[in-house]
Amino acid sequence: MSGKTLYDKLWQSHLIREDEAGTALLYIDRHLVHEVTSPQAFEGLRLAGRTPWRTHSILAVPDHNVPTTNRAAGIADPISRIQVETLDRNCTDFGITEFSMLDERQGIVHVIGPEQGATLPGMTVVCGDSHTSTHGAFGALAFGIGTSEVEHVLATQCLIQKKSSNMQIRVYGKLATGVSAKDVVLAIIGEIGTAGGTGYAIEFAGPVIEALTMEGRMTVCNMTIEAGARAGMIGVDDTTIDYLSGRPYAPGADHWEQAVAAWHELVSDADAGFDREVILDGGALAPQVTWGTSPEMVTPVDGLVPDPDAEQDLVKRDGMHKALEYMDLQPGTPMTAIRPDHVFIGSCTNARIEDLREAAAEIRGQMVAPGIRQALVVPGSGLVKQQAEAEGLDRVFTAAGFEWREPGCSMCLAMNADRLEPGDRCASTSNRNFEGRQGPGGRTHLVSPAMAAAAAVAGHFVDIRKTAGG
Amino acid sequence: MEKFTTLDGIVAPLDRPNVDTDAIIPKQFLKSIHRTGFGPNLFDEWRYLDRGEPGMDNRTRQPNPEFVLNLSRYQDAGILLGRENFGCGSSREHAVWALLDYGFRAVIAPSFADIFFNNCFKNGVLPLVLEAGAINKLFAAVEATPGFRMTIDLPAQEIHTPEQEIIPFEVDAFRKDCLIRGLDDIALTLEHAAAIRAFEAQRRLDAPWLYDNSTE
Ligand code: SF4
Repeated sequence: MSGKTLYDKLWQSHLIREDEAGTALLYIDRHLVHEVTSPQAFEGLRLAGRTPWRTHSILAVPDHNVPTTNRAAGIADPISRIQVETLDRNCTDFGITEFSMLDERQGIVHVIGPEQGATLPGMTVVCGDSHTSTHGAFGALAFGIGTSEVEHVLATQCLIQKKSSNMQIRVYGKLATGVSAKDVVLAIIGEIGTAGGTGYAIEFAGPVIEALTMEGRMTVCNMTIEAGARAGMIGVDDTTIDYLSGRPYAPGADHWEQAVAAWHELVSDADAGFDREVILDGGALAPQVTWGTSPEMVTPVDGLVPDPDAEQDLVKRDGMHKALEYMDLQPGTPMTAIRPDHVFIGSCTNARIEDLREAAAEIRGQMVAPGIRQALVVPGSGLVKQQAEAEGLDRVFTAAGFEWREPGCSMCLAMNADRLEPGDRCASTSNRNFEGRQGPGGRTHLVSPAMAAAAAVAGHFVDIRKTAGG
Repeated sequence: MEKFTTLDGIVAPLDRPNVDTDAIIPKQFLKSIHRTGFGPNLFDEWRYLDRGEPGMDNRTRQPNPEFVLNLSRYQDAGILLGRENFGCGSSREHAVWALLDYGFRAVIAPSFADIFFNNCFKNGVLPLVLEAGAINKLFAAVEATPGFRMTIDLPAQEIHTPEQEIIPFEVDAFRKDCLIRGLDDIALTLEHAAAIRAFEAQRRLDAPWLYDNSTE
C-alpha cells in the first residue's frame, strides 16, 4: 500500500464523518476573521439565535479597510468605519479575541496568525479570505471560505467539504542571487496556469522549498490560490519549528516537546502517490514580472511582452489582447523597458520582515527615480513595523523617498484610501494584477520586494541578478 | 435559502476566461454589512463608463453601451454563460450575492474556481459545468438568436434549449438535494453535534496544546 501525503494526513485527522458520495464533515481548529467577510455571517448567526461553537478558536483583526496614516484620527470613510466597528462589536458581543485597529499586534490577518503562533502545524485553518492558503506553509491544512461558510464554522466548528486531489510541485536546484520565493511561485503559476490547481491541494517540496525561510514559504503558499488551488502546503521541518518557538499562542513549555514530536510526522510519506506532479528547475529561474491582468500572464524580467497572435488558443488569444490593451503595452517590448510610476511594497504576500529587508537592501543610499510619483511601504503588522524600525529599515525607505505607513492591506486591493488612479502603473509585491484591483483603471505588475525596490530606484524594471551583491 | 428546481431564463453570454470576483463586484462595494443591494454594481467597471462608488444613484450613471448586459436583447437575463475559471480570485461571497441580486440564478461555464463554486450553492445559485464543446455551441446559439432562453431542470439534471435539444449535466447529489429543498446546511450539520463534541473531546486528549493556549 502506498503511503500518505501530507494532505491525506491532515484531512484524515480532522474528519468527523463522510458519506458514500464523499461529502465530509471536517473539524476546524483555527478560525481567523476580518471585517469584510464576517458581518453577514454574524448577522446570520444572530438571526438564527446561534452562538459561536468555540470562541477561543477564533482570532479577529480588521485589516482591509484600515487607514495606513494618522490612525488615531479614526477612519474617515464612514462606510469603512461602520464595517470595522461592526467587527469590534461582534467580537465584544461574542467574547472573541480581536486585535483592534490601535492594538500594536494588528496587521494583515495572514501575517499576524503565524506571527502570533496562532497558526500551528497539523491545524485546519480557515478564514473568509482566499489567501488563507498562506498558513499551509506550517504543515497546516488552510484554505479560504465564503461568508456562508464563515457562519457555518462559527456555528458548528466544522465545514462540509469534499476531498481534493493531491498535487506535488517540486522545485529543485538552487535559486540565483536576486531570485526569491515570489519569483518561484509566479513561475509556477505561469507554468500551470491560474486554473491549473483547481480541485487540488498542492504540496510544495524539493530543495528550493526546503531552503526557504518561513517568510518565503508563506509567500509561496499565499499565492497557491492564484494557481487555482484552495490549499497549498509544505511539510514540517526544523525551520518550521524554530520559527514557532516562543510565539505568544504557540504551545507552552508543558506541551512543547509533545507538540514537536507530533509535528515531525507532518510530511508526506516517501512512498506517497500524487495525482499530479510538476517539476521545476529553480536554478534556471529569473526574477519574474507580470505583464497582463491575470497572475499567469507572467514572464522573466529578461523577456519580452508576448505577442497574442502567436497564441493558438483563440479564447486565450482574445484574453491576451484585452489584457495588453488594459495594460497599455505593445507585444515585443522588453520587460525592462516598462516604467512604473507607483511602487507598492506590502500585502500578505510580501510584507513580512524579511521582505522589507530584501527591499531595503536594493535601495540603501539611493533615491526613488524622478518618474515615480508614489512609493509606499506598508508593513504586514504592527510588530513587523516595530522590528523594521528597530533595524533602521524605515529610515532607509524614507531617505530614498518612500512613504512608511501603518499596517494593513492598503493598496493590495485599495479598499482604504490607498489606491491607483486610472492609467497609473504600479510595481507591486501583492498577489493580484486583476483589472482595477489596486484602483479603477490602475495597472499592476506583480514582482518580488527586491524587484519592486529596484524598479523604484531605476524607474523601470531591472534584472536584479545583474546587480545583486553589488 | 430559496429553493431551486427548474429555471427558465434568457441567457447572457460573457465571453472571456478568468472572470474574477474583483470584476464581478469591485472592492469598494464590499464595505456593505448586508447581503443584498449588490445587483446594481454587478460588473461595475465593465458596465459603466464612470467610476462607481457606494451610495451612488446608478440610474444617473453612464452605462457602457458595449458591455453585454447593457444590450437590450439581454435585459432580464437569468442565466449567465461564461468561460474557463469563472469566479477566480478572492473568496468574497458578495460576488454571488451580486449575481443573485441582479437576477442570475444559474451560471454555466466549462470550469469554476472552487470557492466561488461553493459560494453559489450556499445562496441558491446553480453553477453548471459543461464541457467546452457544448459551451461553444451555446455561445454560438445565444449570439445568433436574440431573446435566446433555456430551461434548466435541476431534478432531471437537464438543460432544454429552444431547438428541443436536451443537454444533460452532472451535479453533486448532496448539493443538488440542498438546492432543491432549500436546506440550511448549518441545521444539517448540527444534527451531528454529538459527533462533533466527541471528536473535539478526543482531540483535546491527542493534541492538548491546541486547547491550552489558544487565544484564551
Ligand atoms: S493583503 Fe491583499 S490579498 Fe492579502 S488579505 Fe489583504 S487584501 Fe487580501
